[in-house]
Amino acid sequence: MKKIAILGAMTVAGLSAGVASAATLDDVKARGKLNCGVTTGLVGFAAPNANGEWEGFDVGVCRAVAAAVLGDPTAVEFVPTTGKTRFTALASGEIDLLARNTTWTFSRDVDLGFEFVGINYYDGQGFMVPKELGVSSAKELDGATVCIQTGTTTELNLADFFRANNISYEPVPIETNAEAQPLYLEGACDVYTTDASGLAATRAAFENPGDHVVLPEIISKEPLGPLVRHGDNQWGDIARWTLNALIAAEELGVTSANVSELASAAGSNPEINRLLGTEGTLGAMLGLEADWAVKAIMAGGNYGELFEKNIGENTPIGLARGLNALWTEGGLLYTPPFR
Amino acid sequence: MSTISDPPSGSFQLSMLINDTRYRSYTFQFIALILLILAFAYLGYNLLANLQAAGLNISYKFLGEPAGYDINQTLIDYTSQSSHWRASLVGVLNTLLVAFLGCIMATVIGVVVGVLRLSNNWLVRQLMSIYVEIFRNVPVLIWILIIMAVFIAVLPQPRDFRGEDATASMVFGAFAFTGRGFYSPAPVFGPGSGVVVAVFLASIAGIFAFRNYAKKALYDRGQLIPTLWPSLAIFFIPAILAFFVMGRPITLDLPSLQGFNFQGGIFMRNSLIALWFALSIYTAAFIAENVRAGILAVSKGQTEAAASLGLRPGRIMNLVVLPQALRVIIPPLISQYLNLTKNSSLAIAVGYMDLTGTLGGITLNQTGRAIEAIFLLMLFYLAISLAISAIMNVYNNAVKLKER
Repeated sequence: MKKIAILGAMTVAGLSAGVASAATLDDVKARGKLNCGVTTGLVGFAAPNANGEWEGFDVGVCRAVAAAVLGDPTAVEFVPTTGKTRFTALASGEIDLLARNTTWTFSRDVDLGFEFVGINYYDGQGFMVPKELGVSSAKELDGATVCIQTGTTTELNLADFFRANNISYEPVPIETNAEAQPLYLEGACDVYTTDASGLAATRAAFENPGDHVVLPEIISKEPLGPLVRHGDNQWGDIARWTLNALIAAEELGVTSANVSELASAAGSNPEINRLLGTEGTLGAMLGLEADWAVKAIMAGGNYGELFEKNIGENTPIGLARGLNALWTEGGLLYTPPFR
Repeated sequence: MSTISDPPSGSFQLSMLINDTRYRSYTFQFIALILLILAFAYLGYNLLANLQAAGLNISYKFLGEPAGYDINQTLIDYTSQSSHWRASLVGVLNTLLVAFLGCIMATVIGVVVGVLRLSNNWLVRQLMSIYVEIFRNVPVLIWILIIMAVFIAVLPQPRDFRGEDATASMVFGAFAFTGRGFYSPAPVFGPGSGVVVAVFLASIAGIFAFRNYAKKALYDRGQLIPTLWPSLAIFFIPAILAFFVMGRPITLDLPSLQGFNFQGGIFMRNSLIALWFALSIYTAAFIAENVRAGILAVSKGQTEAAASLGLRPGRIMNLVVLPQALRVIIPPLISQYLNLTKNSSLAIAVGYMDLTGTLGGITLNQTGRAIEAIFLLMLFYLAISLAISAIMNVYNNAVKLKER
């Protein structure tokens, strides 16, 4: 009897999935809502605020895409996903877009059949240790007990790093960041490792942040970005160029404050005109309105504004732009031209 | 003279499948079976077709690829370069380990508590009732988390053993009880240790032979031979003699603090201990009730009859009550063992890398093959549960009432 129920449930799941995999743009328009997969709660990136509204850096991407497609940044159904459920949710059509600080890797892109539409945060894995241990380099961690969030790329990087340096360690797998903090503070593990942005956020929450040091080694590249399913290139283009539009807007000095003024009539900068739809037909090529990018920028501001508002130096997370600055300012953000 | 009539021969007609009561039920059962198979085939085909349409191709190729992650507790050789299949096996063995240890401890605690719940002492009886009601009625996940949290908070960490002003020290210089787990000396088997082990095994066999002999003497000649002290003597003396005769071939590897952690010896992780303990005391509360019910199911007349024959209370329990109570206790006990084994899948709450943690956790996450991994996970648990049932049913058949 149990077997029947399971097969039945899987069949129903399969049936509903089959319907959703047609043209995603049409589905989203017909539904009037964008289904966007986010984390179950990581302050700064995606978490509900006191009023129950989702906010954060990844949420900003969801809202920008919803604004570009539907003209309404609030027309988003946020679907909280865990590290385990995120890929199945996207592949089955339960969500249209996954913006959940997910690392762009070869196998996820190729084998799992997803399309990463860009990188919205350049991250890397680091180590945090209590100062009293007197450790100054990750290579001195031979024999240490390491707390690690399970089911992330950090786990693989850690294994590779210790193997490459021929030193041993004792992994303590932990489900969430919140569970890791007490274990680390009680001394059940000597080291805590996760993405450097996560370490900064975690350390900021400690009673005495000064008692803990983040080691200089960054042992991996963690390019985090939104992704969509293979097989619907138009939808992939929409997501990609919405993200690019946010980055281009920062580069061109278009902000949520001045975007409506700049978009009211064609100005002197042809690239701004093309981006904002006062010149050319870029929006129509995507299958959207001419002012798609205007709406996307108005939703939460350009890339720089989103960054400063959610995870920048003036927030509790307190991250510097670093690699995530524009290429003109020594960072890696570089969008292809809008023409 | 032959009066045996011939069996009704030949003349089987197709219509007899419906009309003849001898065959009718088979016919309908067969038709129902075919329909059931067709229904399953349709569901399975439908599932595959829809998965295909959704771009989810089912493939188990990932099992052969390198896992890439490390596991802290491995009972078989495993490195991060081993395959996902190997990682799954490590998980299976870890699940079996905690289930095995848990079942033993739960049985011991459960039987003791169950018997004590029927104690004549009011205080003991009430204490055991409180134990049963508290542990039975709080979810096991909460117990796992509580025990782990207490474990980590109460016991000293390796850093407390370090330096001049160490606040913690090793017990007898050989055992270290830390928040990360227990370290104890490990035996190192040198040359000639095989003889000692062989003598030890032989003396265990000897104990069984001696007890059989004692039983036979009791049944055949009515002669009561004491068994406890001779058994202990057989257990210890030959092995200790062999140990010294062979020139002490077995030495101990003591754990010692080196760098961040204790090194050497046997390390029992906090996650294993917390999970083992939590599962044991939780399941023991249920087993205690089974034991109590089993004992109460034996008619009081049995006890009184045994007493009137002059048996002492201990013997009444061992020879009269328990053998009959076991028949009632064993079947629900099997289901408690299965519950414990399945509850061990909560291991990830304390970071114990069981089957759910490896195959259903990290492997699933790293490969993104959720459907395949979950399906395989179900198969593994099904196989483990059926195996436990099979073994326990053999035991149940051995103790159940033999009807003649």
